[in-house]
Amino acid sequence: MSAAKNINITLKIWRQKNAKTKGGIETYKLDNVSTASSFLEMLDQLNEQLVNDRKEPVAFDHDCREGICGSCSLYINGRAHGPDIGITTCQLHMRMFNDGDTIFVEPWRSKAFPVIKDLVVDRTAFDRIQQAGGFVSVNTSGNTIDANSLPVPKDDADKAFMAAACIGCGACVASCKNGSAMLFVGAKVSQYALLPQGKVEATERVLNMVRQMDEEGFGNCTNTGACEIECPKGISLENIARMNREYLKASL
Amino acid sequence: MAKSALLKSSIGKKYWMALTGLFLCLFLVGHLAGNLQLLMPNSQLQFNQYALFMTSNPAVKILSYLTYISILFHAIDGILLTIQNKKARPVAYAKSNPSANSSFASRNMAVLGTLVLVFLATHMTNFWAKMHFDKSMPLMTQTIEAAPGMKSEYYVGRSVGQYYQVDQVKLPGDKEAEAGTPPKQLEVKNGTDVYNVQANVKVGELYKDLHKITFDFFKSKNKLFGVIPNEGLLFTIFYVLSMLVLAYHLWHGFQSAFQTLGLNSPKWTPTIKFLGKAFAVLVPLLFAIIPLYIHFTK
Ligand code: HEM
Ligand code: SF4
Ligand code: FES
Repeated sequence: MSAAKNINITLKIWRQKNAKTKGGIETYKLDNVSTASSFLEMLDQLNEQLVNDRKEPVAFDHDCREGICGSCSLYINGRAHGPDIGITTCQLHMRMFNDGDTIFVEPWRSKAFPVIKDLVVDRTAFDRIQQAGGFVSVNTSGNTIDANSLPVPKDDADKAFMAAACIGCGACVASCKNGSAMLFVGAKVSQYALLPQGKVEATERVLNMVRQMDEEGFGNCTNTGACEIECPKGISLENIARMNREYLKASL
Repeated sequence: MAKSALLKSSIGKKYWMALTGLFLCLFLVGHLAGNLQLLMPNSQLQFNQYALFMTSNPAVKILSYLTYISILFHAIDGILLTIQNKKARPVAYAKSNPSANSSFASRNMAVLGTLVLVFLATHMTNFWAKMHFDKSMPLMTQTIEAAPGMKSEYYVGRSVGQYYQVDQVKLPGDKEAEAGTPPKQLEVKNGTDVYNVQANVKVGELYKDLHKITFDFFKSKNKLFGVIPNEGLLFTIFYVLSMLVLAYHLWHGFQSAFQTLGLNSPKWTPTIKFLGKAFAVLVPLLFAIIPLYIHFTK
């Protein structure tokens, strides 16, 4: 890997005081950004500069900073999580950018993900979808059976595991031109539908989760495939197809 | 108990989109097969007989009503879905880079579909409505040699659905001609048999001349709206461009319908995608060749 160097960039960042106010794009110059820093570290550097200038720092979501929690929801230069695939924003590095670049940073845009402040959006719509059916009811009164006591075909287990890799980041919604959440819901439906433990409540689950998804105001998938490409966890469109099958089965 | 909503839910609407879309793909194949007869030399009689069959056969009638319903349902459902999709993103991105993760066709299905709808409306006005409702549609006569050497001269008015003076000919239900008095005015329908009055034998058949309508349409030297010259060329260009639009719609739509119906597997999806692209190129291309052939030859 080439040695790190410092670059000067221009940032165009969405600033919005709160959910009620109208926001707008603000322009900031930031010098001496190390290409070895992550995108979030670059934003930390900007915020330090803003604080020193006695200005309000930019609010953005982050937690694990290692691609696990899914909170770092930034739309960078027209793409969810920026110009690289298979990563979250915290895994994006400044070496993807050049000296003199102008970088747009915006929040996820979705009716179901209203902006709370600056780049932070409210993603509890995903939680409500999950609560509508993304679980397996078990009796926990002391006689819970060990999950591994049920044999699961290897192929199904692998597919369920791949679906369960979804971190609920919302990049699929953000990059979909229809603001559709079907990749997320497809993954959540699939991870249970593929396993014997999930089959018991399969009918109710898919109907309830899809109803909640529609109520939240997410759009309808037109199979553009943008979600699959931007998803940091490589969740496949096969999961949407499986959800559609499950939905039809549950409806008939 | 959770309720399914096969008409109202997002996935329900998508199922209908896919089913009607695939049914329309089947319709395209049938329609194309019929139209390709126009490319054959001396196809006038065959084509007009085919057109008669397509407007009178009961099985075809059922299929054609299914087609009308599919187009309406597909278009209305598609527009409803698109309105919801627009609402799902009230604030647009200041900068977006859609070509990084999706194809042009997949992002513009609604625009492409609406253009197809505009084409369908003009196309149906120009041919379908004429065939069904136009009282002054030209006719062609097919003469049969009823008996060796028998002279089968007759005259029938050139229009359908109107009453015309008929000479030496008897049409079914023509009481006066049967009674020997000179025939007067008779209603002519598509496929009507024509009789020789004296010999009382069938001497021919009358067909609505859809073949002529089609050729006249694409070869017309008239001015469009009375101003733009050579409308036949303009119609030809319009038809070819419309087929390009259809090609884009199908480029994404064909395989998309399978995904919507839940048919996605590593084993079959590459084949479906390939077939979809082949279909999207071949079918509109063959359709487009017809007006080009008519306009630029003979
Ligand atoms: C011969 C005519 C047509 C054919 C063969 C056709 C075929 C298809 C197919 C196969 C799909 C994919 C369905 C899916 O993704 O599940 C589709 C989608 C679509 N069509 Fe058509 N279509 C035709 C006309 C139209 C018309 C007239 C409109 C009018 C608005 C339209 C609007 C749409 C839209 C908006 C979609 C995307 C919907 C979605 O994926 O949810 N189409 N079409
Ligand atoms: S499917 Fe992928 S993009 Fe969508 S929420 Fe899950 S991890 Fe994020
Ligand atoms: S901060 Fe947790 S995934 Fe980026």
